[in-house]
Amino acid sequence: MTTFLFFPLSGEDDFVQEIAAFLQKNADGNLLPFYVQQEAGQRFSLHIAEVEEIALDHDLLPARYQRNRAMISIQQQLSLLRSKVAVFGCGGLGGYIIEELARLGIGRIAVVDPDVFEEHNLNRQLLCTRELLGKKKVDAAAHRIAAINPAVKIQTFDFAFGQDNSAEILNGVTVAADGLDNIPIRLELAESCKDLNIPLVHGAIAGWFGQVAVQYPGENILQHLYAGKKTAHGVEKRLGNPSFTPAAIASLEVAEIVKILLGTKPSLPRRYLAMDLYYMEFTEVFFPDG
Amino acid sequence: MQVTVKLFANFRNNRFMNKVLTIAPGTTVGAIVSELVIREDEVGIILINGRHGNLDQTLAEDDNLSLFPLVGGG
Repeated sequence: MTTFLFFPLSGEDDFVQEIAAFLQKNADGNLLPFYVQQEAGQRFSLHIAEVEEIALDHDLLPARYQRNRAMISIQQQLSLLRSKVAVFGCGGLGGYIIEELARLGIGRIAVVDPDVFEEHNLNRQLLCTRELLGKKKVDAAAHRIAAINPAVKIQTFDFAFGQDNSAEILNGVTVAADGLDNIPIRLELAESCKDLNIPLVHGAIAGWFGQVAVQYPGENILQHLYAGKKTAHGVEKRLGNPSFTPAAIASLEVAEIVKILLGTKPSLPRRYLAMDLYYMEFTEVFFPDG
Repeated sequence: MQVTVKLFANFRNNRFMNKVLTIAPGTTVGAIVSELVIREDEVGIILINGRHGNLDQTLAEDDNLSLFPLVGGG
């Protein structure tokens, strides 16, 4: 008997088989067009995510993912659907991270940000449009995810991450993604992830520059990068941030997140990557003691 | 004695990428940072011969010092 995450039909295998038969009958080879997925949802009163889980479990790939399949197998797509990523910050980095995770079909995305959009976000934040000025960033994130991929279940937290709410926000999270803009909160997030054995993919930007690192459970890389710093911000306060740096660093973060979710070879253990887009220079720094 | 200093990102602006500096024995990383008119609170990662270092560390002959700015934006 299969255990379904979204659809815990223990002892209802006949019903699952009926749904699977409907999907198989209407699929195009092993590709499942979205209208069939939607129709199955209506016919059997299921969420799109539940239909997606049954489809993937029966070797059917929702057609939206067909250009991924040389890289991500159907079984791996099922792993992504059953994963949960929490994105901390829905600004420059977070906007692109959320976009890429939703398109990948990560089954559950939690988004955390206390802020509303302001005019100075328009130069770089993917989720920020003129109409959304003054509106909550987490609401924009939820709308964007729903518009891209209705198989994704969304959780929004419109308050700042802190020790008092870390257990609630990180509940069930497979990987945490750092899109924060503040050093003390990053260090708190790193501590909480360490306590809960959750891998943390870190990214930070300033002007033409950025950095990426992965803190695996038991490691302390954020401490190496930031411990003892007396300021809440780095040189970004002086340099600002353009449109392309968050897009580049967010994409590097998502590449690391996907590999962690799929359990494939990690690229950045005990090291961090500094990226200089002005000189197009990438520098690796190793931390042999983690 | 001589050390090689490598600067990263905006630290290069109006300074240099790589430079061999002549310093007195006992010179700390912090003294070099100050000599280069870099604000201490803007210094992120410090590497001495590829290993993680700090501002109070004293440099030795032929050391390679790398300075990265503190980057915290999102």
